[in-house]
Amino acid sequence: MKDRIAPLVEELHHCCREVGRRIQLMEVCGTHTVALFRHGIRALLPANLRLVSGPGCPVCVTAQRHIDAAIELATQPGVILATYGDMLRVPGRRGSLERVRAAGADVRVVNSVLTALELARQHSARPVVFLGVGFETTAPATAAAVLKAERSGLMNFFVLACHKLVVPAMKALLAAGDVPLDGFLAPGHVSVIIGSRAYEPITAEYGRAVVVAGFEPEQMLRGLVALVKQVADGRAAVENVYTGVVSDQGNAVALALLQRVFIAADTPWRELGVIPESGLELAPAYRRFDALVHFGIEPGADQEHPLCRCGEVITGRVEPPQCPAFADACTPMSPIGPCMVSSEGTCAAWYKYGRGAPGDHVRQSAPIGEPRV
Amino acid sequence: MKTTTVGAVHDRIVIAHGGGGELMGRLIREHILPPLHNPHLATLGDSVVLPWAGGDLVFTTDSYVVTPIEFPGGDIGRLAVCGTVNDLAVMGAVPLVLSLGLILEEGLPLAVLDRVLASIAATAREADVQIVTGDTKVIERRTTGDGASPTASPGLFINTAGIGRLRSGVRLGLERVVAGDALLVTGPIAAHGLAVMSVRSGLEFDSSLRSDVAPLNGLIAAILDTGADVKFLRDATRGGVAGVLADICDASGLSLVIDEARVPLSVTARHAAEMLGLDPLTVANEGCCVAVVGGGDAERIVRVCREHPLGNQAAVIGEVTDSRPPLVELVTRAGGRRVVQRPYGEELPRIC
Repeated sequence: MKDRIAPLVEELHHCCREVGRRIQLMEVCGTHTVALFRHGIRALLPANLRLVSGPGCPVCVTAQRHIDAAIELATQPGVILATYGDMLRVPGRRGSLERVRAAGADVRVVNSVLTALELARQHSARPVVFLGVGFETTAPATAAAVLKAERSGLMNFFVLACHKLVVPAMKALLAAGDVPLDGFLAPGHVSVIIGSRAYEPITAEYGRAVVVAGFEPEQMLRGLVALVKQVADGRAAVENVYTGVVSDQGNAVALALLQRVFIAADTPWRELGVIPESGLELAPAYRRFDALVHFGIEPGADQEHPLCRCGEVITGRVEPPQCPAFADACTPMSPIGPCMVSSEGTCAAWYKYGRGAPGDHVRQSAPIGEPRV
Repeated sequence: MKTTTVGAVHDRIVIAHGGGGELMGRLIREHILPPLHNPHLATLGDSVVLPWAGGDLVFTTDSYVVTPIEFPGGDIGRLAVCGTVNDLAVMGAVPLVLSLGLILEEGLPLAVLDRVLASIAATAREADVQIVTGDTKVIERRTTGDGASPTASPGLFINTAGIGRLRSGVRLGLERVVAGDALLVTGPIAAHGLAVMSVRSGLEFDSSLRSDVAPLNGLIAAILDTGADVKFLRDATRGGVAGVLADICDASGLSLVIDEARVPLSVTARHAAEMLGLDPLTVANEGCCVAVVGGGDAERIVRVCREHPLGNQAAVIGEVTDSRPPLVELVTRAGGRRVVQRPYGEELPRIC
């Protein structure tokens, strides 16, 4: 592998030298954040290239009010709450799903919404609520499950819909304008569904480069090289180095499922507030599957921990070591914020792979925010 | 006089199986003793008397609660024998005898119990240990949160304790580790944890993804018989290889550098870890041991391991250095470097 990697690293260094100034790129997706650390790529980057992590970890961006609603649902009599494993430990105002499970609530970890549907079939007398989190990668499966539940007349299956859309969040970040970014390394998984053309507003309206890449070291480096080349040439285009996996148009079947079952809605993001048309709620025809409607639960307000700076972390405003709680009050053992909980969270990745490395970018992290030239 | 039979023929564990009466007697006589038979166990005494000729004894205990009870490559019975045998072997002991405590949940099919006991017996033979004392309890069927519906499948829990004889002349301890020592693993990593997790999460991988659960006492004896400078051994169970390396680093105050490309890992395991979002270094093993050996003896030990069926993919994966501060570092396949941390608890598969 080294034989293929070394020339790419050299090319990246060459391109960055050519640009001369500091370049700041955002890897949008949590999987990229972790993969960059895990493969040691961050240690190979040129000094004037900085990568900041974006709002692409589904656990990290789920609003606290939705966690609180999930906990409230899980404690309703008879309810089985089915969730992906990494939501278990995310702290809400009244503890976490893990804590209410320990106190007797029936919280089941599932790896697929289809397992939740199966639970609803097995326990026909009990309401089964699926905690629908994730971006366009997991949302089509939730949509398919809702349709399946409808077809088979399952009356006890419900969804707490917290699905989010990637591009509106990128636009919101750029519109806020306080994080200087030259371009985005766009996530392979999400792009399989939405297609590379979905990023055209980023290049057209905001003039930032976007390159879609996979998660292998070679893919990520190819993506970074392509981004830096665009910066060097003063271009802003959507490029795709994950060809063969990601198409221009995306997955038509999955997109049709989303269109049928969901409508885009203004949605709260953890620490980012409400972003217009950035989330998915159930379309009127499927509202009977909406857990909040069925149980009459109104999500409350968000009240973040005063020490937590996850919101700034997932928007690239600070790096985890700049948070006073990082690796001190907030660790994976007792996380304060969701970025430390999720295996894909930026803080967890820094804690796990970067903490304490000699001469590493972790402890000697400089503030982000140097103006874009 | 004819003995009356108690109740109907059972095909599942009922509470009365734990009641100390005739039903329990039959459970022990008909299901537990036959596969495990040996003269010590057959006495059904309250304790067993073992002859002993002196020397140092090594004593350990471990409990096993894995779900599912049966998984690709093994089951809880094989695990319960191997785990305790391996804990003795890595201390430099020759495992001799085990105890077997069974906790059976009401509703457990007797067929499952029979398969697990057969597996315990076969594994004990493979490891050359005897099960000389035991205990059986039955617990009520556990229910889920609402107290109404029972859990998906009834459980079976095992505790084994083991006694071994310390081999003479063996000196193992982290205080002997110095810079320049080599780090070895005896086989491909991460297979056990990934096999169990993929069953749990309903993911189907290539059928070659099987637990590595195996008794390592034979392989470890072969390593120690070389007379090479072996300083420390530990089976890389929960916490995986990363956990063992962190222990070595913490206790010795020395740094460890490992080379990702040299760590044996099957292609299937690599893909499974990738899919589940897990670092193979942090995934549990049940038939793989980390060794710290004098740098000059490393290649010789690898050769010896590779002659053993459980060690045919043994490899030197790195070395001990005195670089400060003490850290475990990985040189990745891509040529980058990163820190390896001790995993912090239950590794949860990621969302997407």
